[in-house]
Amino acid sequence: MLSYYLQLAQRSLRRSWILSGLMVLAIGLGIGASMTMLTVLHVMNGDPLPGRSAELYRPYLNPLPVDFKHGNFGPDPSINLTWPDAMALLKSHKGVRQAAIAGGSLDARSTAPGGRLQTIDGRYVTRDFFAMFEVPFLHGQAWSQTEDEQRARVVVVTQSLARQLFGDEAAVGQSARLGGHDFRVVGVVADWHPRPLFYADTQERHFSAADNFFLPLSTAADLKLGVHTTSGWGKDDATSLTSPTVSWLQFWVQLQSPAQVAGYQQFLFDYAAEQKSLGRFERPPSNVKLYGLMAWLDHQRLVPGDVQLQAWLALGFLFVSMLNIVALLLAKFLRRGAEISVRRALGARRNDIFVQLGIESALIGVAGGLLGLAVAQIGLWSVRQRPDDYAHLAQMDLSMLLGTFVLAVAASVLAGLLPAWRACRIAPALQLKTL
Amino acid sequence: MSWHPMLSSLRRHKLTVTLLLLQVAFTCAILCNAIFLIDQRLRRIAVISGLDEKSLSVVAVVDRQAGENPLSVHQADLAALRAIPGVLSAAIVSDLPLSGDQTSSGACGSLEAVDAAMRANSIEVHGCAVPEEYAGGVDVLRTLGLKLVAGRDFRADEYLSGKPGQAVSGASAVIVSQMLARRLFGEAQVIGQSLYTGDDGFHGKGVRIVGVVEHLARGNLLKGEDNDEAIVLPVAPADTNVNFILRSRPEDRARVLKAAIDLLGPRVPEREVAAASSRTYAQMRSDYFRHDTTMIGLLLVSALGLLFVTALGIAGLASFWVQQRRRSIGIRRAIGARHGDILRYFQTENFLIVGAGIVLGMVLALALSLALMHEYEVPRLPLFYLPIGAVAMWLLGQLAVLGPARRAAAVPPVVATRSA
Repeated sequence: MLSYYLQLAQRSLRRSWILSGLMVLAIGLGIGASMTMLTVLHVMNGDPLPGRSAELYRPYLNPLPVDFKHGNFGPDPSINLTWPDAMALLKSHKGVRQAAIAGGSLDARSTAPGGRLQTIDGRYVTRDFFAMFEVPFLHGQAWSQTEDEQRARVVVVTQSLARQLFGDEAAVGQSARLGGHDFRVVGVVADWHPRPLFYADTQERHFSAADNFFLPLSTAADLKLGVHTTSGWGKDDATSLTSPTVSWLQFWVQLQSPAQVAGYQQFLFDYAAEQKSLGRFERPPSNVKLYGLMAWLDHQRLVPGDVQLQAWLALGFLFVSMLNIVALLLAKFLRRGAEISVRRALGARRNDIFVQLGIESALIGVAGGLLGLAVAQIGLWSVRQRPDDYAHLAQMDLSMLLGTFVLAVAASVLAGLLPAWRACRIAPALQLKTL
Repeated sequence: MSWHPMLSSLRRHKLTVTLLLLQVAFTCAILCNAIFLIDQRLRRIAVISGLDEKSLSVVAVVDRQAGENPLSVHQADLAALRAIPGVLSAAIVSDLPLSGDQTSSGACGSLEAVDAAMRANSIEVHGCAVPEEYAGGVDVLRTLGLKLVAGRDFRADEYLSGKPGQAVSGASAVIVSQMLARRLFGEAQVIGQSLYTGDDGFHGKGVRIVGVVEHLARGNLLKGEDNDEAIVLPVAPADTNVNFILRSRPEDRARVLKAAIDLLGPRVPEREVAAASSRTYAQMRSDYFRHDTTMIGLLLVSALGLLFVTALGIAGLASFWVQQRRRSIGIRRAIGARHGDILRYFQTENFLIVGAGIVLGMVLALALSLALMHEYEVPRLPLFYLPIGAVAMWLLGQLAVLGPARRAAAVPPVVATRSA
């Protein structure tokens, strides 16, 4: 029966091929446009560290004076931590692991013949960074706690930087020259690139930036290496990085149970209350917050408003295309009142008619879905040509590919439901009389 | 023509009419907002930079080993650049309008305003602003092609050399944009006044305003109205990263740019001429607005796509109705209706349905605008967009129905005598 219905559907679609073609075109365009934008949203809203992200938290303190007004310029300084606060949180060891983090760039020279100095992006971190974020080591290991404290000149590099600096030789144990200083390589990690780069400062490019070296934060501070972003609000000595009125550090803590989370929240509250009683903080301790990783990304609004707007626009387009197809299918099915009535009179049940018409709309859906996939690939290709930070990620994975197809068929079957239902309720007697 | 038969016929196709009406309503709502968003973007990309854009090229250089005083190296570079045939003038400047970078610091027009800002712990007080700060070496005004509306250009003895890694300070003269002058001093005489800016300003040391330029846009546009507020200080920046600005005739730009890149690259060891940021100013401007132009394109394509799909729906339904009513059309023709009557019947029917859709569409358009305002800081949809959308939808409807309506009008009266 199914193949017969398929044959009928084919014949009917071919009979009015202009109308059918236009319906396929409409649903294909709608699906293509919305899947392009949904794919972009999907890759941008991804979990940067699957499996670990649920245990990672970002503390927020607000050391700004009460009368500080955040204007039109630059980010909110309280987003990052000051050196004294970060050190206090670090030394308290209240989390399972914790790390203070800052971004910086240093010059390095490739050993390849004619190698020039290049600026390499990296991160100044404390020891727990590697274990907390599960950075995959290929050789060697992270530096020790003691080395952290002694401001040791050590570095962990990624595989690609190691290859640039040392060619095919083993990197661990060698000396790397970065920013005019020599560091002993203690570990080599695989090229590691969480997307978005959640631990970076909000001003950085979260989807295309990657770190190629990791230095102890204490060493970087000791050598006064430059950091990507700082913002100060003090009136005077606002240039020193250890000043209590300059924020520049990102801080992450690993907490494994709700009790630990509650405990850490209490700890933050107490810390802020203590700082307030000491006169350093002016705002009440109720200002402190503890964000989970995904909540933090959400809070930072890493997905640009434009991308969301485009996604809504595309969905609106799909919706109107669907309304359109419902109306056209309705017209198409009702026009065949006579044919349907003959089938009914010959013994077909309403159900049979319903299935037959349903198959016809599904056929349009399949064709529309295929067209939609093609349109989405073209759309994603054009997104990739754009200079945006996230553009190169715009690619369909298998789940999005299947999703597109399912959406197309579901949309058109759904669109076919109402017309098919309406058509199978045609009273055969009335129609047959006019024949 | 009496309305009654038309309305009762529509009532018999409630479902189809409702669907069509909804489609028109949603298309109208999205269309109004899309046109508005396009207009917003068009306004943004039309911003006036104040520069003589057609004559400018930019070469960005990164010196990794420029020694203690990068400026002396760059002054020598500048002399070499000026010798390139076709270069009318050249200068070093810290940054350019619409480059995407931003250097700004608070500036006040009087000591009282500085005090007020200190007391409020905020620059957002009357008499103060946060202009973009450009620092440039000799010839900066002439090279950029800024248009003076009052006062004079910097004198040769007013130019200073910057210090590596430090904020610009110690200048004895400043040139401001007209918009900034108006904001700080109102209609009062501006030339000769003091501008308190940066660290110097907050220690009570002002800089004399010697000139006012017509326009000078920010390096990175902000949301809000103050994108034409900027100052130029006569200080040649002494950083390892430097922007050379070249002025040439528009047709010489490509050649001059290439010559400059070839010249600068090998002059100093460990120098990198940033390929991505060495371009004509026109290119730089279009790069800056690339995001907006893509968005405009996207909105346009979506709006057209929507219109197309909706027209398709209207035409499809109309032609279905025409076929369904062939016999009654024949009967009407047989009892005296003319071509025009039938044509007008379908046109009026379409006008009614689209009209009802538009009424609903306007409500939806406003609701959509409210949602956008709430989520994406888009301004409120001005009401005059609603009639624009309405007219567009009516025209679309009439165009779409024209074909089927003409086919209906062509139905011969003899059809009435045949059975369906």
